[in-house]
Amino acid sequence: MKFTIQVNTGPYTHQASDSAYQFTRAAIDAGHDIHRIFFYHDGVNNATEYSVPPQDDRNLQQLWSSLAAEHNLDMIVCVAAAQRRGILDEGESKKNGKSGVNIAPGFQISGLGQLIEGGVQSDRLVVFGD
Amino acid sequence: MSTLHTVNKSAFERNSLESCLSVCKADASVLLIEDAVVSALQGTSVSDQIKQATDKGIKVFALGEDIKARGLSEKPLMDQITLVDYSGFVKLTTENDRVQNWL
Repeated sequence: MKFTIQVNTGPYTHQASDSAYQFTRAAIDAGHDIHRIFFYHDGVNNATEYSVPPQDDRNLQQLWSSLAAEHNLDMIVCVAAAQRRGILDEGESKKNGKSGVNIAPGFQISGLGQLIEGGVQSDRLVVFGD
Repeated sequence: MSTLHTVNKSAFERNSLESCLSVCKADASVLLIEDAVVSALQGTSVSDQIKQATDKGIKVFALGEDIKARGLSEKPLMDQITLVDYSGFVKLTTENDRVQNWL
């Protein structure tokens, strides 16, 4: 079965991004297809490579990036939510006159259309948030 | 067409469980995750509502990992509640025709 997962909270606001990660892994383990993971609202904070949590804390950004690399996942970050929260790829950074690029490996910045397309193309849309 | 409802807030903090149960059809399933798992304990102020729902045929589940994370594994849970793990959560989303996440 094809799933799209929507994540609405960051790693340090609510359990939801942990729940989304565990659910995604379980779905992959069960042989399902993850069509897309869409990070929206504060969920875009999962995508910053500049986060440096203590070594004995889980690092959700790295967990997502590794999962994406391992299973070739399509992880999309909402552009408007990302710009507000300072999550930039090279194009957005240049366009807005900023000096840094902090989007983590495996994440891509795109629009809300990708969430709608994910919902249409998938059998199930599962939302995790506060 | 059956629906899986997920509820993630404690019933003592928000009324999402009550709202969810009030619109559930008899063939629906409700999965308690995150802070909502406290509603699975015996003898709370929402136990009667859950009992009424299961009497109607609604199936109520709770995520075992979130119960364990809150130190509630040894506490008595309502007989009406079935524990699932994350693979059971995934299975519930596929066994029902739709998923409604109450946030």
